[in-house]
Amino acid sequence: MSSHAAIAWTLFSHFAMISMMAIGGGVITLAPDMQRFVVDVHHWMSDESFVAAFTIAQASPGPNFLFATLVGLQAAGWIGALAATVAIVVPPAALTIVALRASVKHGGSALGRTVKAALSPLSVGMMLATAWSLARVADDSRGGALLTALTVAVVMSRNLNPVWLIGVGALVGVLGWI
Amino acid sequence: MPRHAPPPDLAAAEKLNPSQLFLLFSQMTLLGFGGVLPWAYRILVERRRILSKDEFRELLAFAQILPGPTICNLSVIIGHRHAGIAGSIAALAGMIAAPFALVIGFGLAYRRYGDLQSVRHALAGMSAVAAGLIVAMALKMARDLPRRLKNALLVALAFAGIALLRWPLLMVLGVLAPAALAVFWTETQR
Repeated sequence: MSSHAAIAWTLFSHFAMISMMAIGGGVITLAPDMQRFVVDVHHWMSDESFVAAFTIAQASPGPNFLFATLVGLQAAGWIGALAATVAIVVPPAALTIVALRASVKHGGSALGRTVKAALSPLSVGMMLATAWSLARVADDSRGGALLTALTVAVVMSRNLNPVWLIGVGALVGVLGWI
Repeated sequence: MPRHAPPPDLAAAEKLNPSQLFLLFSQMTLLGFGGVLPWAYRILVERRRILSKDEFRELLAFAQILPGPTICNLSVIIGHRHAGIAGSIAALAGMIAAPFALVIGFGLAYRRYGDLQSVRHALAGMSAVAAGLIVAMALKMARDLPRRLKNALLVALAFAGIALLRWPLLMVLGVLAPAALAVFWTETQR
């Protein structure tokens, strides 16, 4: 096992690169690649710890990219958490500032519309991949799969704050129903 | 912000300094259980009237085109309008600092108590719900996509490459993004 600093650096390089690939659906769509990198390639954590990190971040206040922070924490402690966070936030923020300074005109142009139309289906595919890779781990029991299906049904039909649903999930879990 | 002529309503409105921006964005991010964006709208548009409805929509569209976390890009953009780069940094720091500390706290608690039976059960239930939330989000995004063969094909290829074959994202997007751009661009040229 390499040192925390070495892991943090490896994590930083990879996350900084993929941060620029979070298109349309946000950083959540990067989850499968992060999972591949930290679980399959480097064995820094298990699939279960990865999904736990994702879930804990979803239940916390703030931007939902913070699951990357927890992945960093799991992989390499404090320095890992910091490295993962900076890697996800700073490159896109720097690009945003550059775009503002250059007074880039947004989206209205023909080129902007073409880029958006071309990238939208890719971000949908990335989000479906995220859904798949989370469900694969979270739904290894029949009860888990049922709970996921019920959540989908509820969210598709009414507008509820997801935090209440996660609370219900915790309760169902503690009661041993899944 | 000398280089950008601000819209007239912003010129008339108060400009926030970096520490005010930090506090404002800290406030909205801490309210943001289950998504910060609705709170950003409530606070910036409805309560503080820092942005009009249309300005918010326009800035959000810009933030969404750029890669990365949308809410952070939005913080950078709004911070920049008020106090330049210092404003961007202050707004971004406000958006991240407190939730970062909280989530680390939860993460450390998980490391300590994660093996307890009841914690594992609770997390299993929460994870099943969290997976459902993402499935639903993916389905909603897919529903909003124009029903065309090439969209379906690109969705399927991206999904297969990332989820089923588990190829690196860089590789999958490195092939599919230029291909998609080429296909959609030739269409506009016709």
